[in-house]
Amino acid sequence: MALLSKKDTHLITDPLSDNNPITIQVLGICSALAITAELKASIVMALSVMFVVAMGNVVISLMRNIIPSKIRIIVQLVVVAALVIMVDQVLKAFAYELSKTLAVFVGLIITNCIIMGRFEAFALANGPWRSFLDGIGNAAGYGLILIIVGVIRELFGSGTLLGFKVLGDSVNKTGLYALGYENNGFMIIPPAALIVVGIIIWIQRSRNPALIEEN
Amino acid sequence: MSDKRLTFKKRMHILKHHYRDKKMAPAFNAIHTFLFTPDDTTLSGSHIRAADDLKRTMNTVIMALIPVLIFSMFNAGYQHYAAIDAANGIIRKVSLLENFLTWDNFYIGLIKVLPLLIVSYGVGLLVEFIFAVIKGHEVEEGYLVTGMLVPLILPIDTPLWMLAVAVVFGVVIGKEVFGGTGMNILNPALTIRAFLFFAYPTWMRGDKVWVQGAVESAGGADAISGETILGFLAQGKGSEITYSISDMFFGFIPGSVGETSTFLILLGGLFLIFSKIASWRIMVSAVIGALTMGLVFNQIVEVGWITDTSKFYGLMSFPFWEHLLIGGLAFGIVYMATDPVTGSQTNRGKWIYGFFIGLMSVMIRVFNPAYPEGVFLAILLMNVFAPTIDHYVIRGNINRRLKRFKNATLLSQGPENEAKKIKAETV
Repeated sequence: MALLSKKDTHLITDPLSDNNPITIQVLGICSALAITAELKASIVMALSVMFVVAMGNVVISLMRNIIPSKIRIIVQLVVVAALVIMVDQVLKAFAYELSKTLAVFVGLIITNCIIMGRFEAFALANGPWRSFLDGIGNAAGYGLILIIVGVIRELFGSGTLLGFKVLGDSVNKTGLYALGYENNGFMIIPPAALIVVGIIIWIQRSRNPALIEEN
Repeated sequence: MSDKRLTFKKRMHILKHHYRDKKMAPAFNAIHTFLFTPDDTTLSGSHIRAADDLKRTMNTVIMALIPVLIFSMFNAGYQHYAAIDAANGIIRKVSLLENFLTWDNFYIGLIKVLPLLIVSYGVGLLVEFIFAVIKGHEVEEGYLVTGMLVPLILPIDTPLWMLAVAVVFGVVIGKEVFGGTGMNILNPALTIRAFLFFAYPTWMRGDKVWVQGAVESAGGADAISGETILGFLAQGKGSEITYSISDMFFGFIPGSVGETSTFLILLGGLFLIFSKIASWRIMVSAVIGALTMGLVFNQIVEVGWITDTSKFYGLMSFPFWEHLLIGGLAFGIVYMATDPVTGSQTNRGKWIYGFFIGLMSVMIRVFNPAYPEGVFLAILLMNVFAPTIDHYVIRGNINRRLKRFKNATLLSQGPENEAKKIKAETV
């Protein structure tokens, strides 16, 4: 017996490409623009969101039959807030420098549209296991874009990847810098992330014209 | 008829039919129509024969730019030698025949400006050709002017690979994603300039980039430098400026490659106005806008709100009309703001659009802490607002005419409606 049924596999693979939360649903853009100047921050952010969505989905899915629909948003917010505070505290305890880099954006996971979107659209109508997979899948789709943008921005903006000087030392002029190469300051500022995300959307839609909306 | 007796033109026509409907057809047609008038004839429908097609329009702008380009080559060399003199304590007096129009000056300009021009055109047209082939439309002439403008608005020592990266960015993100020539929101040349400004700021500002050779010589025994007038003013060193008003007007000052000579830009501007290529409304209103903002700042200094302890004093106390002579303001107003694609289309809109370009340019110039120039930012900002301005101008026109129509119908109903008519007029 396979680990996951075909339908369940779909829950994970679909958000990675044809139903990507960032490039197709255009959710969670704020954090994608704000924290992707460094790859490390992107990865941590992706993992944090993955934890929050997956666990939140499970909790909401378990409670889906007892939540009164009138106050469901508040219940969802309480769940997210609790999970986000957990993530925040863990980061502060074990990766203090990084939590300073991410600053307010860990707290702002609460307002990440992807999370409420998954609760509303999926967890309220499906069982815990499928909700868990859905959370993992969507967070992975989100994280994938974050990591792509993070790689591009850190590589061209700072000449490093995860802090390793892959293009040489920009101060002592080694590697590529000896040839006159210079870091692209534009990549550090958030508008660059918007353009990179835009280019990803462009490439994705020209590879799969079915994704282009009618207008 | 043997092959040998065919003219080159005829061969191109035959080749064109050979390549028709092939993937590379747009690329071939671009070269073909650049060299010869196409041999196609329209077969159906009414058609207008106009002399000022897109190609003619672009060529006129290029013609207006040629004097500026040639002057910039001389000026590049002149500034280089003047900076060497200044490093040795000699203050140069410019003399057109003795030390300006010399082969030495021209040679330095040529070897620095020509590569910028070649890279700008080469990379830009390559991108255009690739997009034309992929999308299967004809190569449009839009890049002819952009490619010429780009080298003229850069510091002379801009590394060529940076220019190439910026051109790819500017043409793809500034133009092709919107659908190519005629569809772009932002002026592509200024997008390229803005990209370079944000991506490689060390090459775009300071006192090392405006004079050829200053970057390489930095720190050495024969170090030379040349600060722009705006740079002096921004640092509060206005008293150190040795350039006279006529130097500023004729352009014997450091600055971006082609922006220095207000005189030649003025001539180019008049040429564009009389050939009806560029809008005089935008030019005039931009000048008015710049003068207005300059006057406001002068008055602020006059009444004593800003004293010479303020970091804005240098630029605010600068005589308002001299703002037009320095920096890229004149170049921006004449060649950039009047871009027919990205500017306002309505006459009233052009006045508003131009006015705010002038106003913003001087304002950003004074308040931008890191870089005392704001023309390209002001024009890009107003590019974004141009469609909105046009929208409200057209709405206003529709409303006015509706009111006129209402009055006319009321009037025709006789004198008892006089009271209603007055009411409608005052609405």
